[in-house]
Amino acid sequence: MADDHGRHAPKVHVTPMWIYLTVFFALAVGTVLTVVASRFDLGMWNTPIALVIATIKAVLVILFFMHVIHSTRLTWVVVIASFLWLGVLFVLTFADYLTRLWKIY
Amino acid sequence: MSEITLTGDTPVPHEEHHHPFLQHHFEDLGQQHEASTLGMWMFLSTEILFFGGVLCAYWVYRVLYPEAWAIGAAQQIWWLGAINTIVLIISSLTMALAVRNAQLGRRMGTVYMLIATLFFGSIFLGVKAYEYMKHWQEGLFPGAAFHWNEVPALAPKVQLFMTFYWSMTGLHALHMIIGAGLLLWFIWRAWAGHFGPEYYGPVEVMGLYWHFVDIVWIFLFPFLYLIHGAHHG
Repeated sequence: MADDHGRHAPKVHVTPMWIYLTVFFALAVGTVLTVVASRFDLGMWNTPIALVIATIKAVLVILFFMHVIHSTRLTWVVVIASFLWLGVLFVLTFADYLTRLWKIY
Repeated sequence: MSEITLTGDTPVPHEEHHHPFLQHHFEDLGQQHEASTLGMWMFLSTEILFFGGVLCAYWVYRVLYPEAWAIGAAQQIWWLGAINTIVLIISSLTMALAVRNAQLGRRMGTVYMLIATLFFGSIFLGVKAYEYMKHWQEGLFPGAAFHWNEVPALAPKVQLFMTFYWSMTGLHALHMIIGAGLLLWFIWRAWAGHFGPEYYGPVEVMGLYWHFVDIVWIFLFPFLYLIHGAHHG
């Protein structure tokens, strides 16, 4: 490192305009879809569909607007670990609540 | 680690490309950029769990009181929430374009896109303020002010839904207000010409924050406004 310090600028990945616009369009379509889907009675599927659409929208934002797709592996580790811990929070909480109230289901 | 050459008559620091915003504890701008991006993601992971805690509590009570949650969501003006979702997505696009302009060294392009982001963020907050005013008038603020009573048996549970509504949207709006303040500072910095291809890290980090706040809303919108069977009006 001693021989090249002070010279390295950040790697610039300039995302093409069409990718930003496509992602924006997909997010807008997702918003319309989530509203439309909530209008129909899909029985037990209403909630999962809303969750899946929101998750897809979030992944698009993370990968393209937040540039994770071009990030270092260390950044990927932090991002994935965050959601892993979020998963632990939900799984352990509901492993408790859903089994306590088994008579409802 | 600035090495000093002592062979000549005068000491010459080995930092020919010393950038005004390169902090002394980093080897170079590339390392500084990666460290700041990583640091921001570390902060965002605490934010994910911070909002995650409230979301988890919300889901526990949604499972326990599904009818009250649907009635609570029916108190929201769903199309205002939908408009705000689109407004926030537009602001995320302009934020991403501000970063892109900074990467390309387009000074005024960065300034304009940051101003656009602030503009759409402010519209979001304005709409939110209008919704808050309506809820307050309808007696949907939890506590002593709560006097919604259309379904008496479920009123306490609807009040609990509204407690989640105000907490979650309030925390989100607080993040938006902090973001708007940061944007004002960034508009000034971009205008002063601080950013360019060598040094766009701060704009990138500002963008990470803004997009994160957008993601929180992407989940809050269906959770608080669109529970099936909720809107018949």
